[in-house]
Amino acid sequence: MPLYHDDDQAMLADSARQFMAEEGAINKQLRHWRDKGCKDGFGHELWKQFGEMGFTGILVAEDDGGLGLGNVEAGIVLEEIGRNLTPSPFLTSSVLAATALAQGSDDLRGRYLPGLLTGDSVFAVAIDEGAKHHPEAIKTKAEKSGNGFKLSGKKDFVIHGASADMIIVAARTSGGDSDADGLTLFAVPKDAAGLSQDAVKLVDSSVATHMTLDGVALAGDAVIGEVDGGRAVLNRMLNAGRIGAAAEGIGVARGAMDMTVDYLKQRKQFGKLIGEFQALQHRASHLYSEVEIARAAVIKAQQLLDAGSQKAELMVSVAKAKVGRTANLAVREGVQMHGGIGMTDEYDIGLYMKRDRALSEFLGDANYHTERVAQLNGY
Amino acid sequence: MADLDAFRSETRAWLEANCPAEMREPVRDEDDVYWGGRKATFKSAAQKSWFEACVAKGYTVPAWPKAYGGAGLDAAEAKILREEMSRIGARPPLSSFGIWMLGPALLKFGTEEQKVKYLNEIARGEIRWCQGYSEPGAGSDLVSMQTFGDDQGDHWVVNGQKIWTSYADAADWIFCLVRTDKTNKYQGITFMLFDMETPGVSTKPILLISGNSPFCETFFDDVKVPKDQFVGEINRGWDVAKYLLGHEREMISGAGGGDRNSAIGAAMLRHSGTLDPILRAELAMFDVDALAYNCMGERFLDEIKVGKAHPAQPNMMKYAGTELNKRRHELMMAAGGSRSLEWDSEETGGGKPSRNWLRTKANSIEGGTSEVMLNVISKRILDLPGA
Ligand SMILES: Cc1cc2nc3c(=O)[nH]c(=O)nc-3n(C[C@H](O)[C@H](O)[C@H](O)COP(=O)(O)OP(=O)(O)OC[C@H]3O[C@@H](n4cnc5c(N)ncnc54)[C@H](O)[C@@H]3O)c2cc1C
Repeated sequence: MPLYHDDDQAMLADSARQFMAEEGAINKQLRHWRDKGCKDGFGHELWKQFGEMGFTGILVAEDDGGLGLGNVEAGIVLEEIGRNLTPSPFLTSSVLAATALAQGSDDLRGRYLPGLLTGDSVFAVAIDEGAKHHPEAIKTKAEKSGNGFKLSGKKDFVIHGASADMIIVAARTSGGDSDADGLTLFAVPKDAAGLSQDAVKLVDSSVATHMTLDGVALAGDAVIGEVDGGRAVLNRMLNAGRIGAAAEGIGVARGAMDMTVDYLKQRKQFGKLIGEFQALQHRASHLYSEVEIARAAVIKAQQLLDAGSQKAELMVSVAKAKVGRTANLAVREGVQMHGGIGMTDEYDIGLYMKRDRALSEFLGDANYHTERVAQLNGY
Repeated sequence: MADLDAFRSETRAWLEANCPAEMREPVRDEDDVYWGGRKATFKSAAQKSWFEACVAKGYTVPAWPKAYGGAGLDAAEAKILREEMSRIGARPPLSSFGIWMLGPALLKFGTEEQKVKYLNEIARGEIRWCQGYSEPGAGSDLVSMQTFGDDQGDHWVVNGQKIWTSYADAADWIFCLVRTDKTNKYQGITFMLFDMETPGVSTKPILLISGNSPFCETFFDDVKVPKDQFVGEINRGWDVAKYLLGHEREMISGAGGGDRNSAIGAAMLRHSGTLDPILRAELAMFDVDALAYNCMGERFLDEIKVGKAHPAQPNMMKYAGTELNKRRHELMMAAGGSRSLEWDSEETGGGKPSRNWLRTKANSIEGGTSEVMLNVISKRILDLPGA
């Protein structure tokens, strides 16, 4: 398969680009909700428009009413989300939760997917325990209780947790904290007794929660996949979420880079356009090169994942790590090359810097994924 | 798709039958690859049989038309052959400036007669070419070159000096930039082809920091070049030269060169049982960049075939690929410790680690320096003012 978008994907990219530039623009969404102090950090109207466009169901099977497409297509939408810094529950709902639910029972899919497709429902995932992503060890416990389970534990960095109708929780049903087996994924409804969330606004104006599960009682039908066999479901969900976050990160990097290159062509100092200074030209060209390479890694990982290749896992971590460093370079160079104006709230480049920080932390930062690459490469 | 699947299994079977085990071992240095030419000898029987099998099949230049010695493979087939060769670690059967540089330029600018003659000679490894571009006063600023060809009716008389001419002493012919109009900087250069045995051509090897002397000073003293031995148009050789540089940069970038992730980390761990944590971290960061760069190489080759790649993209590939290769060798030296410092011991194959490490420093100089690549990206891709 060639490493570029085919005709259908290019068409999707065109419509996503146009839609996001118009409806998802920074002033219309991110600044608007931020300045209003919105408790969700995104607009539900826009989320319904995502549904009308069909974006919400990209990773949902056709039999379940979705488009039955893959991670390449989800990534196309995410790249435009990144470029416009569009706040939405797309990544947590339509990528992470949709990938997990695809492995769930008919009953679960029937319960949750229709609301996702229309953009009426919002989903979140609760994986992290503590300030760093480390899903290898999960302490949250789910004990058998009658026909169901009782969940107890604490989760952090639950993006959109406070707005979510359902939260996917990874919990331990057997074994020790760091065992690969013994995990189970649960679909936890927002109003479950014993579930409490503490919402916090993050640097990029998105909203996450610290979540406490205090004996949350769930029926057996809340289990996604197999009891004790949740690691496989979790890994599939994480792969999709990580490559999705990387695709969004590429959008952030390209958005910041394009803004910066434009600025180099406008701002004059010493009687010259600052883009004439070779010191800046070389830094911009180096950045361009890194962004192109990172983007290639993202497409490759998406294709491998869609093809069910064994190499996908390694390449997902390569892509997430590469994008993490590259987008970070893009926003740092972006602010620096803008000079003083880059430090002002009024100017957008700083918003890219904030988003990059939050996004690259999500589902494992560049260091986490670099470590994984070492391990997967046998050292 | 079915056709391609069939092509893949045929290719796999053909490689199985024709690529000797010895030719599937990693290339340790330039000598492990056959370069062809009148003066060439094979290093082993395996090298010879692999080369001859490929010549017969057109696989020294798989994507060239059959009439010119290739196999006439289309983009998808060529990609499959590349993948299958890289899967078994097959060495290239023949390496040469003819394949990477002159060939593509002739395919675009050559006459039919030139293509039939020169391309077949290249494909069969009969003639080895060298590149006469750089001069003592004209490196990055190549267009300021001075070597002059005086028009004498049916021939030119060429005088001047080239420098850094790789393998000039091993080559049979040279493709050479010669000024034929002193009043016109860009449109006063002719892209000439001539035999290195022509009277008046002499070479003097230059010793590199690696201790090898693969390149030369090349002198032209009243060298007679027949007036039909040029490519493109007279005085328009700069167009040919630039086009060729694109291919040279692509080649030096290593795009499509298979897995660059050299698994240094795993090898080191196997070898010594431990890995310094900071070195391990650097290796891991390198692997991320190298594996991502491999993807870029694949994407670049896919896009270039269908005209989706930016025409200046080889410059970006060269910049990133050569900087990465230098970093790889720095890490291998660090991983190898004092053993890798040995300059002529048997255990190191005569100092291969250190000599190869030093050789890579030229990657970001030859074919246009990294700084020049960044200049070109600034100008042609980012469209920055005054670049
Ligand atoms: C191993 C090797 C093999 C080679 N083989 C061949 C060959 O076969 N045939 C051939 O013709 N040539 C060959 N070359 C020559 C090569 O193409 C030149 O060395 C190269 O183009 C640089 O020219 P220079 O050496 O004169 O360096 P210079 O141009 O003098 O550069 C010196 C430094 O100045 C920097 N610099 C120059 N101009 C600029 C600018 N505008 N902006 C920013 N920085 C700048 C350069 O990047 C470099 O760091 C080879 C070189 C090497 C090292």
